[in-house]
Amino acid sequence: MINPNEDGNEDMETKSTPSSLSDVAKANQARKQPGSGALGVGLEARSIHAWFGDKLVLRDISLDFWSGTVTALIGPSGCGKSTFIRTLNRMHEFIPGAAMAGEVLLNGQDIYEQGTDVTKIRLKVGMVFQKPNPFPSMTIADNVLAGLKLAQLKSENKDDLLEECLERAGLWNEVKDRLNAYGGSLSGGQQQRLCIARSLAVRPEVLLMDEPCSALDPGSTLKIEETIQHLSSSMTIIIVTHNMQQAARVSDYTGFFLSDGGPGELVEVGPTSEIFSRPKDIRTENYVTGRFG
Amino acid sequence: MSTPTLKPTRPWKLTPKQRGLIVLNLVIASALSYLIVLLTPMKGKLAYLSIFFIATIVINFAENYFKRGLAAAKDSIATSFAAAGLIVAVVPIFSILFTIFERGRAGLNFGLFLHDMKLNGPNDPLNQGGLLHALIGSGIMVGIALLISLPIGILTAIYLTEIKGIYSRPIKFLVQAMSGVPSIVAGLFILSAIVFPITKSSSGLMGGFALAILMIPTIARTSEEVLLLIPNDLREAGVALGGTQWRTISLIVVPAAKSGLITATILGLARVAGETAPLVLVSGGGDAVNTNPFQSPMGSLPFYIWKGFTFGTTESIARSWAGIFVLLSLIFILFIAARTLSGSRSSK
Repeated sequence: MINPNEDGNEDMETKSTPSSLSDVAKANQARKQPGSGALGVGLEARSIHAWFGDKLVLRDISLDFWSGTVTALIGPSGCGKSTFIRTLNRMHEFIPGAAMAGEVLLNGQDIYEQGTDVTKIRLKVGMVFQKPNPFPSMTIADNVLAGLKLAQLKSENKDDLLEECLERAGLWNEVKDRLNAYGGSLSGGQQQRLCIARSLAVRPEVLLMDEPCSALDPGSTLKIEETIQHLSSSMTIIIVTHNMQQAARVSDYTGFFLSDGGPGELVEVGPTSEIFSRPKDIRTENYVTGRFG
Repeated sequence: MSTPTLKPTRPWKLTPKQRGLIVLNLVIASALSYLIVLLTPMKGKLAYLSIFFIATIVINFAENYFKRGLAAAKDSIATSFAAAGLIVAVVPIFSILFTIFERGRAGLNFGLFLHDMKLNGPNDPLNQGGLLHALIGSGIMVGIALLISLPIGILTAIYLTEIKGIYSRPIKFLVQAMSGVPSIVAGLFILSAIVFPITKSSSGLMGGFALAILMIPTIARTSEEVLLLIPNDLREAGVALGGTQWRTISLIVVPAAKSGLITATILGLARVAGETAPLVLVSGGGDAVNTNPFQSPMGSLPFYIWKGFTFGTTESIARSWAGIFVLLSLIFILFIAARTLSGSRSSK
């Protein structure tokens, strides 16, 4: 159940005063100091390079993601943000011609190490895609529990899990009376929250979100942002977004990616409040203040 | 603020006056073609039709040119050709259906589905004997073909679209080449590869094998098209949830493509249900009901039709037309079933 909490109200106000981006970010920062309540470093990207065919699209990205934090990745289109997060759960290799170099450490273990079971990695590092993609042949309930079937996991009590995941995704109240309807019958925003619920059912430690709100209206976007804030207490969230207000609203840390026609690079990363109020790099400042991009 | 007197209108539709003009054009064209045929040495139905067609184009062109300009006039020519193309395509289909119904009617009776031709010759009156043996034979052989080609066809399509292994290109080529194989070649292949060297006799099983050779490429190609339509998002979502490739295919991709795969299967069935040549070669044909596909010749609907025509008497030909009617009805029912099954999902 989603109660419009203080954060939510604050978000609503920010919308009318766009100048206070950094204030919101600061408020978020106050809510969660880096390291406070963190469970230690969860996911570490070490010197990630990525290629499509012969074309280098990402150069030397190193980023740490603390458990229990939300990291936003911002930057103009085509700078490699999506490619980067796809290297974090080994979805990158799903594209023909893809190659990569570097290490991704999950709890200290390189997920690209020879002999690693890639399906286990994707269970721990879940993903929500840009376009809502519920499975069309399945009901709402089946969609949420699809991960258990796909990964052949056992669950003691499926009904409880179903309710818990839909609840955490902020969708339970809207769908509890029609769990046997098809996923495609929901609105776009509901479908996306269904996809979030679906990724939660396999209990990932990290959730990657690739522009999860870009196809949604502001109301649905707000709901998803509330969902992200609820989830962030229990897992690591990495969200790619083109909406800088969204980055300021939901994230604890922000990384700015940029490509000057060549491969994408990480220009700057830091606490969200700093990135939006006093970025160290002039390019970041130009981008977050809307002077380009 | 809409007043209650406001009526919904469709300003983009033709007005009665415009409809009248279209009819007038057609009437003028008919009159013109009648006159020209009357006054010139050109005679016959074909002359009427072609002059009528040309006259319609000219009249429509002139009308549109003076009212709306050259572009609209050109547009009217294209419309006339499209309409003519539609008529040329549709008339033969209805003509065939009508002929089959007309001629098949005489031989149709309920006994057709209860008796075989064991005790009756093709010259016997139409109320004796029946095509039960042909119906059962066709059912068994097409069923065998389906059992073989459904898994092979769909797995081939999955290999081509999902697994995309290194042999994809040659296999794609082979499947395309196979779909062009004349049906008699499939029959000859089974005859020389299995019947002559091994079984030394024709049987329903051999007929099923020959039909399967024809059915596999149809199912594989149609299924491939269907699977290609499944958005990649779904595959990625399945894999991202920790599914292996096979589980993603079997739990998500194939169920999402289910209605299309059913259509593919029914298209394959319809493709082989009317095959005659390979069955003449490898399953022989019998006049008695034979439910054992492993032994002795087995009748089939196409064979029954063919046999009736080769006999050439009034009764035997009437039997054949009735057989054609039954066969066509079955295929028609299959197509309706395919439409219904594939339509039922999208309505949800």
